[in-house]
Amino acid sequence: MINKKVSGADEAIRDITDGKTLMLGGFGLCGIPENCIAALVKKGVKALTCISNNAGVDDFGIGLMLKTRQVKKMISSYVGENAEFERQLLSGELEVELIPQGTLATRCMAAGYGMPAIFTPAGVGTEVAEGKETRNFNGKDYLMEYAFDADFALVKAWKGDTAGNLIFRSTSRNFNPVMAMAGKITIAEVEELVEAGELDPDHIHTPGVYVHRIFQGRDYEKRIEQRTTRPRS
Amino acid sequence: MLDKNGIAKRIAKEIKDGYYVNLGIGIPTLVANYIPEGINVVLQSENGLLGMGPFPFQGEEDADMINAGKQTITTLPGSSIFDSAMSFGMIRSQKIDLTILGAMEVSENGDIANWKIPGKMVKGMGGAMDLVASAKNIIVAMQHINKAGESKLLPACTLPLTGVNCIRKVVTELAVLDILPEGGFRLIERAPGVSVDFIRQSTAGKLFADADVKEMELN
Repeated sequence: MINKKVSGADEAIRDITDGKTLMLGGFGLCGIPENCIAALVKKGVKALTCISNNAGVDDFGIGLMLKTRQVKKMISSYVGENAEFERQLLSGELEVELIPQGTLATRCMAAGYGMPAIFTPAGVGTEVAEGKETRNFNGKDYLMEYAFDADFALVKAWKGDTAGNLIFRSTSRNFNPVMAMAGKITIAEVEELVEAGELDPDHIHTPGVYVHRIFQGRDYEKRIEQRTTRPRS
Repeated sequence: MLDKNGIAKRIAKEIKDGYYVNLGIGIPTLVANYIPEGINVVLQSENGLLGMGPFPFQGEEDADMINAGKQTITTLPGSSIFDSAMSFGMIRSQKIDLTILGAMEVSENGDIANWKIPGKMVKGMGGAMDLVASAKNIIVAMQHINKAGESKLLPACTLPLTGVNCIRKVVTELAVLDILPEGGFRLIERAPGVSVDFIRQSTAGKLFADADVKEMELN
């Protein structure tokens, strides 16, 4: 079996250099590649284009890379909860492209499935459609949206093996599997890395062929954005 | 006139046994509290969950288990988890029976604006554009008039659009209205204590209303 294991985040991101396009998995702060983000902050690479559903919060997730001015452009569907993000956007330091969430996911999927483009009804008749080719199928209009072209995909999984196979847990799955499929180089960090053969092949969510480097992550904070509970009556 | 919970309660009456339902953030989230007893409904959360359960008990929160509003939640017997592409796949292919979402403006031809106010910080459309472009059955939960008394049910939206010609039913603090395929709002029910005249005054778009339109039953 081909061994994809690397020693840790620093080695995994060693060839991410200024100006690269990265995909980062996660929804809000759930299922984000915490270790890779910390390593990118430490390395100090700049002018990155980041494709990620959200942009983190001020002091966590992609917010950490915004604080250090490492991000040139964000491609996201929702960028709410981040004051530094807002400041950089309004001052013109940061470029932002907002796209519908399903379009974002499906442009990743298309890249992973080897399809150059998709047709989606999302955004027809809105400013999202400006400058895009529209086609009519069976009486309904669809926008042509291109597959993403990302240099690296950084994803977080629950378990993985040295062959690069991944299993995700609960809703931290979100964008991770489709981004894993879409990166030219995909780096997976996992909470538990095991030897090839220890995971049941029937339970694999992302086959190792899509994963180029995998490492055992550490010190996961797994921060909760909205802690909601109910009383025990 | 209804408060937010009243709007949610009225919308909940539109939910039928066997429905898969996507609830947006805000008033739509409250709808989950009023789903009628004795019917089976599955709530979809577009971050990748079918079968959303209640909030966890204190101390049982799981950072890996959240809804699209980023709140900690639980699953139910029969729940399933999937990735974001499949989540919007089931939305686009109309497997979800009902979508309930909020709006800033709705027009008499069924256009909706709910994601962007020029000059203000734009947070993004999230999944709203995908949902309104694909869903076969959308109910909008919104305020009929703003704080200045101006109508948000308009001949044409003034804000950047989220989707065109896609909304067929609106529930506000004043009324339940259908949007007719040929254009215009049709008054279906009025909120308790609200007159047809007041609804007429509060609706800038074309309104079709019978004088004897019935009052909502909320219980």
